[in-house]
Amino acid sequence: MSPTWWGVIGTSVVAFTFKYLGHSVPRKYLEHPRVLRVNALIPVALLSALVAVQTFTEKTKVMIDHRSAGLAVAILALALKAPFPVVVIAAALVSAGTYHFT
Amino acid sequence: MVVVSATPRSTVRDSLSISLTVGAYGIAFGAASVAAGFSVVQSCLLSLLTFSGASQFAVVGVIGAGGTAISGVITAGLLGIRNGLYGMRVAPLLKVSGVKRILAAHVTIDESTGVALSQEPLGVDAMRRGFWLTGFGVFLFWNIFTLAGALGAQAMGDPAAWGLDAAVPAAFLGLVWPRLASTKERVLAVTAMALALGLTPFAAAGVPIISTAFLALLFASREKRR
Repeated sequence: MSPTWWGVIGTSVVAFTFKYLGHSVPRKYLEHPRVLRVNALIPVALLSALVAVQTFTEKTKVMIDHRSAGLAVAILALALKAPFPVVVIAAALVSAGTYHFT
Repeated sequence: MVVVSATPRSTVRDSLSISLTVGAYGIAFGAASVAAGFSVVQSCLLSLLTFSGASQFAVVGVIGAGGTAISGVITAGLLGIRNGLYGMRVAPLLKVSGVKRILAAHVTIDESTGVALSQEPLGVDAMRRGFWLTGFGVFLFWNIFTLAGALGAQAMGDPAAWGLDAAVPAAFLGLVWPRLASTKERVLAVTAMALALGLTPFAAAGVPIISTAFLALLFASREKRR
């Protein structure tokens, strides 16, 4: 079976397990101050790492290409409080433009 | 206490507007997933069965970049922990068991929990309705839009030519941006980016991303001492 299928099945099982545990386990077991603190910070670390890796790497190489232009526009759009779809579309347009004209 | 049988109109309005807006992000996920090498069916199954945006984006991002299925699933799983915490918040409100609990768990996400908690001034009944309406509403639109995005991306072909390869990190940035409220989060974000890029030439794909979870642990334990 391909990695994508394992990814689909594994992620679905793990995601549901956490959701169901939350509904079944008494609050005191998971609602520990430390768990709450780590839980608030994990998405910040992982999502930031994903932004960096998806923008600036290709396999094992670190590089700057058309995607960086897209990300720069996304940062600008978010700073201007643009809604999510606008951010994503603006980044795609600028990246595609840079890709075609460089 | 008076039991209100009709759902307050504002609860319905809140639930529906959030369902539609958030569900529309599904188009970005469907497109990103196909661009990362997942099939249309696999993309739709992720939205149907995983039904948690950040985890879905993460698994296609990691595997699409050449990471192993394990590292993709671990990254997605770490992002899914918060749904467990949401479950603990809403379980005492819903008081359901059996099949209903399975359904409730499946639609326990940022938005259903958020709307449920925001209805507190209107009473437990409104909170409960807000949870179910938003949970099923987002589920419906998220899946419809995932299919649309996946089919669209499939028709486009080369992801770079349409900017899809930049749309994915832009989507991640959009997900993390609202969480960068204080200096601590911003420092963590920049450090995580640097660590992930620094490890990229030396570690297997996916590992640089997972390793930043340890940074989060480190930052959380530093906070305790203050």
